[in-house]
Amino acid sequence: MNDPELAVTANSRARSRLLDLDLKLYGPLLALVALFILGAIINPAFLSPANLANILTRSAFIGIIAVGATFVITSGGLDLSVGSMAAFIAGVMIIVMNALVGTLGAGWATIFVGIAVSVALGVSAGLINGLVTTRGKIEAFIVTLGTMGIYRSLVTYLADGGTLSLNFSVRSVYRPVYYDSVLGIPIPVLVFAVVAVIGYVILNRTRFGRHCFAIGSNENVARYSAIHVDNLKTLAYVVQGLCVSIATIIYVPRLGSASSSTGVLWELEAIAAVIIGGTVLKGGYGRIGGTVIGAIILTMIGNILNLTDAISNYLNGTVQGVIIIVAVLLQRGSWRRNR
Amino acid sequence: MLDGAPAAPVVAMRAINKAFGPVQVLFDVDLEFEAGEVHALVGENGAGKSTLMKILSGYVEPTSGEIRVDNKATAVPDSAVGEALGIVLIHQEFNLAEQLTVEENIFLGRELFKGWFLDKKAMRARSAQVLAHLKADIDPRTRIRDLPVSDKQLVEIAKAVSRDARVLIMDEPTAALTSSETEVLFELIEELKGRGVTIVYISHKLEEVERVADRVTVLRDGRRITTRPMAEVSQDDMARLMVGREIIDMYPPKQPPVPDAEIVLEAGNIHVPGLVEGASFRLRRGEILGFAGLVGSGRTGLMEAVVGLSHRSAGEIRVRGEARDIRNLSDATAAGIAYLTKDRKDKGLLLNMTLRPNLTLLALDRFTSLLIDEAREEEALKRAVREFDIRAGRLNATAGTLSGGNQQKLLLAKVMQVEPDIVIVDEPTRGIDVGTKHQIYVFISELAKQGKSCVLVSSDMPEIIGLSHRVIVMRSGRVMGELSGEAIEEHEIVRYATGLKGDDAK
Repeated sequence: MNDPELAVTANSRARSRLLDLDLKLYGPLLALVALFILGAIINPAFLSPANLANILTRSAFIGIIAVGATFVITSGGLDLSVGSMAAFIAGVMIIVMNALVGTLGAGWATIFVGIAVSVALGVSAGLINGLVTTRGKIEAFIVTLGTMGIYRSLVTYLADGGTLSLNFSVRSVYRPVYYDSVLGIPIPVLVFAVVAVIGYVILNRTRFGRHCFAIGSNENVARYSAIHVDNLKTLAYVVQGLCVSIATIIYVPRLGSASSSTGVLWELEAIAAVIIGGTVLKGGYGRIGGTVIGAIILTMIGNILNLTDAISNYLNGTVQGVIIIVAVLLQRGSWRRNR
Repeated sequence: MLDGAPAAPVVAMRAINKAFGPVQVLFDVDLEFEAGEVHALVGENGAGKSTLMKILSGYVEPTSGEIRVDNKATAVPDSAVGEALGIVLIHQEFNLAEQLTVEENIFLGRELFKGWFLDKKAMRARSAQVLAHLKADIDPRTRIRDLPVSDKQLVEIAKAVSRDARVLIMDEPTAALTSSETEVLFELIEELKGRGVTIVYISHKLEEVERVADRVTVLRDGRRITTRPMAEVSQDDMARLMVGREIIDMYPPKQPPVPDAEIVLEAGNIHVPGLVEGASFRLRRGEILGFAGLVGSGRTGLMEAVVGLSHRSAGEIRVRGEARDIRNLSDATAAGIAYLTKDRKDKGLLLNMTLRPNLTLLALDRFTSLLIDEAREEEALKRAVREFDIRAGRLNATAGTLSGGNQQKLLLAKVMQVEPDIVIVDEPTRGIDVGTKHQIYVFISELAKQGKSCVLVSSDMPEIIGLSHRVIVMRSGRVMGELSGEAIEEHEIVRYATGLKGDDAK
């Protein structure tokens, strides 16, 4: 079964059925189209390729993290620690790379070690969240609330309350990973696309993905279907950790620094992207395609507010909040007659 | 009913129609209930019994038709109105707040107050009174989640009784009760009847219906087939009217294995803390081995230990003579053992998902190389629908929308996807209709004929007797006795199950 939102968008067949569409399926896509039209009306600059590329690039961080969050949420979990995890990983990456400049030089060798450190940290952090949740039988909300505080305080400690900055010459080598394009597409967008496609295939076409759905729907049934529930749930957190590390790898060259304010509230934005995309918060149903759209919607709202004077930029959070609630209201659709 | 003159019905339903989307489930149903009668409602799964009663009690709105209470047309737009009219439905799946106490549940939504605050004392006293009246030994301060299923049932009834119900609708009330608890329920029904309460009794257990009902209405395919005084119809009549055809032989003829058939499964001295205390059994190729006993006798605990779903503290499992260390269900699956849980809604099927992922969930590795082969899954689904006669409106329906019998067939098909040699089925026909029961019996009997082996755990005595080649009776986590061949007989089983005979009785 193809996820409609990933199928070629809004082709004529879909259009002719717009009237009797299934809001649950097409809702996120419709919202994106509506926002797009709104943006184009408000300010022609919105449609400029540079602006559109900017939106996609910006949405890549949250988007990549949200792909991981889709796995965790679909399998009935929750990870609040991703924002501080990203900050912590960024901080350690910078420290490690700075320390290696002396021995490995300010080149790609150093950066590769930094990347390896990032992946190792992300996977370990996911493993910790997963193991404590499953082996300790503690609610994911509590465990990840705890690790969220831990990583946030660790990065503050590492930065001694200030900012960790990447060695200038390393940064100039690393910089293109965020700022360059391949075939006209910014690298972060490419990475986002690759992560999303792989995530889509894993969630929808592999045993692991199917098991995530099953566990999120009903853990008992999963256990009675010979699924190793604890291992699978832990693996979902590891996938989340890996996604955070990938997001961090493309985030570090952007500013070349990390501080206690890095990645603040990313966890909520990631969860918001997942929910806007139609994944069910209590688990059992997840859509990577929806998550991608959700992440883009969140960034697009901020971008449109930047381009207009009608609403203050400070109200970004308000508009995002309204959109999240409306999106879920539409999806639940209990107001429709035909329930 | 007095003096033979037709009493005015308390509640009447006139020309009730109900359609869910394009599917019509009730057709012009007329039904009347008199004061102080026990009115049984029987029919196969999907016949419309539950829907009809949900309409009467305000949970579902009819597409057309009229409800008359005390001979006045009355709208019952929601269950609160229904309750105010004295029409109370006790759901098959209970409607209790698990985290609240018994007394809080009994008074839920109509709490007693003393000034601004809850009058807990009065509510506790009233609850205790109602429970005592029902001869239920339950502390009103217990949390619902800490109660066994049978007590939850009693709390549901207490809740209804305390609301001065005039029409009390019970949907499969004995499904989770032991026989002694069932007796208590029947006494209670008698008493409520004496007070003029009308009881609508929905059940698949026809012997119970015959015992308890004054009148019986048979529904089939959304239509009322007949309403008659109970004295005029036999159980066979009811079964025939429900199915609409003769059921000649409920149980296929037995074909016991040869005496020296290979022992395919051997469980020795299994212990599960709190559930099983040293139970052993052997299963032969081609055999149907019945496990009888009261609810809570440890049969499920034993079987779940054998397939690795619960942790055994001691004991040995041999499959075809070879010791196997089965620690989880996938070990059991690898050893060729499949287990059909008795709890199809909470442990068997993903109700929010469609048939296909449900069917292949246990055997998913058989459909997966790197990616899941959806085309093969689809084929398997088509085959299963054909083989097991799963009736779903659409193949992309969710499992939760199937009727109980079809869910059970889907679950059976799911378990069979791993092509096991040994099949352990736990209460395979609980809460399902006669026709589907028959299909499942034929299926189990065929399995044995093909040289596979089957353990049948069941509290349904006729089913144990009608299918098993050999019967083991358990009580309090122990094997009390074993019967085989002609010696399989209800009286003996009950004597073992209740402890009149066997190890404990010495």
